[in-house]
Amino acid sequence: MSTVAGAAGAARDKSEAVDALVSTPPEPKRTPSGINERARKAKARLSNPWASAIALIIALLWTIPTFGLLVTSVRPELDIRRSGWWTVFGDAFAGEGVFSMRNYEAALFGSSTNLISFFLNSFVITLPAVVIPITLALLAAYGFAWIDFKGRDILFVAVFALQIVPIQITLIPLLSLFVAADVNGSFWTIWLSHSAFALPLAIFLLHNFMKDIPASLVEAARVDGAGHVKIFFQVMMPLLTPAIAAFGIFQFLWVWNDLLVALVMGGPDTFPLTVRVAEMAGSRGGDWHVLSAGAFISMVIPLIVFLGLQRYFVRGLLAGSVKG
Amino acid sequence: MAEHPVGQGTIALQQCHSRHASVSNDTRHDGSSGTYLPVEGCFIMATVTFDHATRIYPGTERPAVDALNLHIEDGEFLVLVGPSGCGKSTSLRMLAGLEDVNGGHIFIGERDVTDVQPKDRDIAMVFQNYALYPHMSVADNMGFALKIAGTPKAEIRQRVEEAAKILDLTEYLDRKPKALSGGQRQRVAMGRAIVRQPQVFLMDEPLSNLDAKLRVQTRTQIASLQRRLGVTTVYVTHDQTEALTMGDRIAVLNAGILQQVGTPREMYDKPANVFVAGFIGSPAMNIGTFTVTNGSVQVGAATLPIDRTIASNLDSNRVTLGFRPESLDVVDASTAGAFHVEVNLVEELGSDAYVYGSLKDDVATDLHAGSTDQLIVRINPRHVPEKGEIISVAIKPGQQHVFSATSGERLS
Repeated sequence: MSTVAGAAGAARDKSEAVDALVSTPPEPKRTPSGINERARKAKARLSNPWASAIALIIALLWTIPTFGLLVTSVRPELDIRRSGWWTVFGDAFAGEGVFSMRNYEAALFGSSTNLISFFLNSFVITLPAVVIPITLALLAAYGFAWIDFKGRDILFVAVFALQIVPIQITLIPLLSLFVAADVNGSFWTIWLSHSAFALPLAIFLLHNFMKDIPASLVEAARVDGAGHVKIFFQVMMPLLTPAIAAFGIFQFLWVWNDLLVALVMGGPDTFPLTVRVAEMAGSRGGDWHVLSAGAFISMVIPLIVFLGLQRYFVRGLLAGSVKG
Repeated sequence: MAEHPVGQGTIALQQCHSRHASVSNDTRHDGSSGTYLPVEGCFIMATVTFDHATRIYPGTERPAVDALNLHIEDGEFLVLVGPSGCGKSTSLRMLAGLEDVNGGHIFIGERDVTDVQPKDRDIAMVFQNYALYPHMSVADNMGFALKIAGTPKAEIRQRVEEAAKILDLTEYLDRKPKALSGGQRQRVAMGRAIVRQPQVFLMDEPLSNLDAKLRVQTRTQIASLQRRLGVTTVYVTHDQTEALTMGDRIAVLNAGILQQVGTPREMYDKPANVFVAGFIGSPAMNIGTFTVTNGSVQVGAATLPIDRTIASNLDSNRVTLGFRPESLDVVDASTAGAFHVEVNLVEELGSDAYVYGSLKDDVATDLHAGSTDQLIVRINPRHVPEKGEIISVAIKPGQQHVFSATSGERLS
């Protein structure tokens, strides 16, 4: 995932989530005909056969390469070299044994390609690199959204403007800073770099979510006797769960799949899965039967994370708070 | 509430007393009541005083609230009313501590709270949109302030349940706000304030999101609840009917300036200026500016004498005359002081009927009532004139209001 795609994806998701937050609860009792009419229109629009067909085709096109990789990863090395993955179905139909898990064995436990330690490294890198920016961004976003101080708007724009700086430009200055601070080669370099790169977008997103929470809710809490800390933990945090989950997923995927930062900032002791998987192909690209298995192994965790957290994209969490 | 075990009652008393100690030296509490229920005197009440309180929003010239002087008695229900943008909500938010006070002082009881944080003011506020915490159950919403104050759980539960009983919310205590109707949410917002047992209730248009019928019903409930609890209450509304029906006293604001404070009857009978005259009363008062000749004014065909002391002290030769739709009698065309009105529209309300008409034989005056430039007359709903008919009306004796045409101040 590139930064741009990540940002765009995040922005899109954000706008959807905001819609959900501000959407008015339906009042079926008052306008039954209006609701039915709207429902009928929406249904007509959504069930357009052409749109469905196009969506289906796009989905298929999108999935085929991944599916091909999956099939390849369970084929014997010799078969991979001899024929394309799509031939597997004919062979399987003819009753030949076309599947084997040897690639996975080689990738996970092979003497030259022991993935287990890289797996651990990926975890050690990813968890702090997700937790640190979310924690900092939550605090910063609360300040930007609900504490009035001089120069707030300018500072906020400046923070988000940092998003413009491509991370490639920052690599060498950052690295020399890390060397000067004598932390190079440790996990700190990777954690700090990822956190720094994530913060502008994280602050921006969480700030916008916080701003969407009605001001009267914060005022009610203030009148009820809550200070900033209590408002933050007892009013803001529960309402921000979807936003935190959304950003958490993005940041997790971005860090987990990152190759550049880990390769530049880290050393052999800190290399994550992605570095190893990239190496698996071999210097002449000859070992890509192992690569296909390695790729799928590295994909398992993001898949679990996504499926586990997606239920937090609950719509309409704010419903009922204020009259809508 | 007498069946409560003595032990719990003691806790409540201690709680009350500690509040007394920390907030004021009020000793009105007689110490005999052993319950959490505010009804029986656990509330300590307080006066509220605005002393030249001024609020100027950054970047604006004109103050949103300009040197407001207002004293609200202990246990009084005061309604702040005015058109939108008149500064009534700002005044309330200044009292709540949600807006800075740029000049003057605000006191709750004897205590200067001008620069005190909202959480330390011992007030409870009901917001226009209720501002319920969506992730908390009704019980948690109502108990949130107590939880923050560190009140023991059992006591929170008990106070919440008692408030819920008053407001008929007992069966909804475990629901989330989104599972409630608008009226129920409004009651939860009220409950959240009641549970606090504060010195002052602040209500910012709490009924404006309810439908008309529920609004009338809730209006009475809030007013009677306030009388029962006896807590000083400041209530903001833009609806003059609400103001007249609920308030012990009403304060009318316009453009950040206090126009008049008084009981509903005073506001209706003796409006202090043209603005109050036009604002209070429904339908609005008929108001027009007339030239004074020989101590009287010409309203249509009628020559109406102006009180001699007023006429002799005028600073110009014009006066503003106001008379309410209900101050007009339908009379014979020949009656002295009768003027003629051509009926444009009749509004029938069952108990009343109102004629919207234009003044005949008009000598270039701008007679208007509220936002219409027509004359409004209340008539007997059993004898309604036809559209286009001409009726003769006269002002009931002593029911005309005379204002200065230049300053708008009351003269009579």
